[in-house]
Amino acid sequence: MSLIHRSSGLLKPLAAGPASLLRRPFSSATDDDATKITVETSVPFTGHRIDPPSRTIDTTPKELMTFFVDMARMRRMEIAADSLYKSKLIRGFCHLYDGQEAVAVGMEAAITRKDCIITAYRDHCIFLGRGGTLLEAFAELMGRKAGCSKGKGGSMHFYKKDGGFYGGHGIVGAQVPLGCGLAFAQKYSKEDHVTFALYGDGAANQGQLFEALNMAALWDLPAILVCENNHYGMGTAEWRAAKSPAYYKRGDYVPGLKVDGMDVFAVKQACKFAKEHVLKNGPIILEMDTYRYHGHSMSDPGSTYRTRDEISGVRQERDPIERIRKLILSHDIASEKELKDIEKKARKEVDEAIAQAKESPMPEPSELFTNVYVKDHGVE
Amino acid sequence: MASIFQAVGAARALSSSNSFDSKKFYLTSRESVSERKGSIFVVRSDGRMNSGRVDKLVTNAVATKADSAAASTASKPGHELLLFEALREGLEEEMDRDPRVCVMGEDVGHYGGSYKVTKGLAPKYGDLRVLDTPIAENSFTGMAIGAAMTGLRPIVEGMNMGFLLLAFNQISNNCGMLHYTSGGQFTIPVVIRGPGGVGRQLGAEHSQRLESYFQSIPGIQMVACSTPYNAKGLMKAAIRSENPVILFEHVLLYNLKERIPDEEYICNLEEAEMVRPGEHITILTYSRMRYHVMQAAKTLVNKGYDPEVIDIRSLKPFDLHTIGNSVKKTHRVLIVEECMRTGGIGASLTAAISENFHDYLDAPIVCLSSQDVPTPYAGTLEEFTIVQPAQIVTAVEQLCQQ
Repeated sequence: MSLIHRSSGLLKPLAAGPASLLRRPFSSATDDDATKITVETSVPFTGHRIDPPSRTIDTTPKELMTFFVDMARMRRMEIAADSLYKSKLIRGFCHLYDGQEAVAVGMEAAITRKDCIITAYRDHCIFLGRGGTLLEAFAELMGRKAGCSKGKGGSMHFYKKDGGFYGGHGIVGAQVPLGCGLAFAQKYSKEDHVTFALYGDGAANQGQLFEALNMAALWDLPAILVCENNHYGMGTAEWRAAKSPAYYKRGDYVPGLKVDGMDVFAVKQACKFAKEHVLKNGPIILEMDTYRYHGHSMSDPGSTYRTRDEISGVRQERDPIERIRKLILSHDIASEKELKDIEKKARKEVDEAIAQAKESPMPEPSELFTNVYVKDHGVE
Repeated sequence: MASIFQAVGAARALSSSNSFDSKKFYLTSRESVSERKGSIFVVRSDGRMNSGRVDKLVTNAVATKADSAAASTASKPGHELLLFEALREGLEEEMDRDPRVCVMGEDVGHYGGSYKVTKGLAPKYGDLRVLDTPIAENSFTGMAIGAAMTGLRPIVEGMNMGFLLLAFNQISNNCGMLHYTSGGQFTIPVVIRGPGGVGRQLGAEHSQRLESYFQSIPGIQMVACSTPYNAKGLMKAAIRSENPVILFEHVLLYNLKERIPDEEYICNLEEAEMVRPGEHITILTYSRMRYHVMQAAKTLVNKGYDPEVIDIRSLKPFDLHTIGNSVKKTHRVLIVEECMRTGGIGASLTAAISENFHDYLDAPIVCLSSQDVPTPYAGTLEEFTIVQPAQIVTAVEQLCQQ
């Protein structure tokens, strides 16, 4: 299955709105919100038991820039985490998300903070998308007090309750039943919100996933199961682990949609579509066709089971940030220099956050015993 | 008096040959005991007793009366019910009180529960609140935990505790640990309950004692009920607790009958229950073995011994306060449990008492446990598997001679 899609269609500006848009620098943002840009996803959606949404999407310059800024920040965070890990400031397991940023950003753009997201251990960028700060992320990675879980969780246990982010889970697949529980609670409390339960192509073969899907379908729970298919379950390619790697079809009686996960607009459109669908009809599966540049984790070079050509090929043809950059440039929303400045700014933000995180102390020894039980009960 | 064993109702897994023949020795002798007045032992499990620890037993977070002294139950009529009904009463009261409390499990709804603990609840509260799940322990336990993360208070019923082995990952990692790994952001107020223990020839897989396996999980509390009174009280306390609680019931105790108070009460989750105060030896037990111990106590008393029997109730954490006070008084400890010898609650309790009260012991701690074997089907073999009253008597005699 080819991972490289020709995205030449992206380079041509489509229906670019008023002609005055051309040659307007980004800084004069007076009616950027009102300006409509129509884009087309790189590939159409494929549906299983469902009519897929349109591949034509409206956006604004402001949204384009937000996507760029957010993804650049996420990319920079993950690269910095790589260095920190190599300097032994981050220990244990560290699973990086660079390459997959479009999923986090596109999903966030389609939903609210009252909708829930739960994912596995490749959670740093989703945390950021849900409102987590760089400081909280780096402090947690380095096991410091200022971390989002007070340094007691680590890379695989980022949570942000007020952002609707339910983690952050180390055991493959175990978060999907939890996600159905979140959806159950939403239905129980009659909220008009939905839950996105993310898992990988490796987890797609877990039994508990199908158990949870059965229950979600049985009770019409507002659960969206999102398979972030980066095509490798650690070192095992999808075709070596799954008899049917068409993960969007694996729900059988549950409808599914296959989405280009490297295209932030496709992701946004799919998530928006999914949210509307599940509120009326029960669960749906979204398969995000995405790719991770790093290995499974920092202990995995990522090159023993795939070629460097493959990795660089995807980076050239499908990188989510490059796509947005090209769109921005071709619509003259900002200049090359401005975009580079944004990336520099992201780098600076990240560096500052790391410096601040390094200042944060390790947790007190007494913290070993706090939060085992809720306060004033049990053994504390 | 907690008399035992009416005919078992429609409970699916149990054999129905429960008429009382002399083989059920502890039953017949228990009945004869109740006629003995001036009786030296059985403290009614509703808390009436000789020593002054009355108010401790009915620690009531939400007392409806100013004095929650259990002695007052004697003057009130109360009402009689069976243990499974007491569980249901506690459950129903909590569901009435808090709309976030819900139940999920196999056959809890329309069927009414395989042990009738949830009978009548689905028609009253609806199918979503008393949820019939497919046979998928791993995922419905996970689902309950996810729901609890948002603030719901689910009660998960394992039709048999043994089935929850399939949900071990969810119970250990998510239920027990999420409060900690999220730095306190999420609480998991679930109750996981169900029957376990050795029944009547149910076979190895349906006779398990999961408390051994779950006891190391950080972040959970474990309690075991043994009487209708403490069953209702512990159920209510477990539901109100912000921590995940595993409530161990026993397959053979569901039909215990007792008179319990009409007014609302709660049992303290972390407290042990003084069943029979004494001077010579401390016998620590829980769940069904409590009844084997009390049967042995009758014989022991006849032989001139004065055992102090404590139902530890709280399996995690241990009530070392009550236990310690008893050890300091008697200086001898016998633990009688249904777990297997290796890695059971008794093993942990032995270590805990040794560490904390070593100086007060006049003899090594003796722990009587079930054999380290899968529970066999044949009735005679099954009897050999678990601790019988005669063994308890012998152990006490030996301990007291030292």
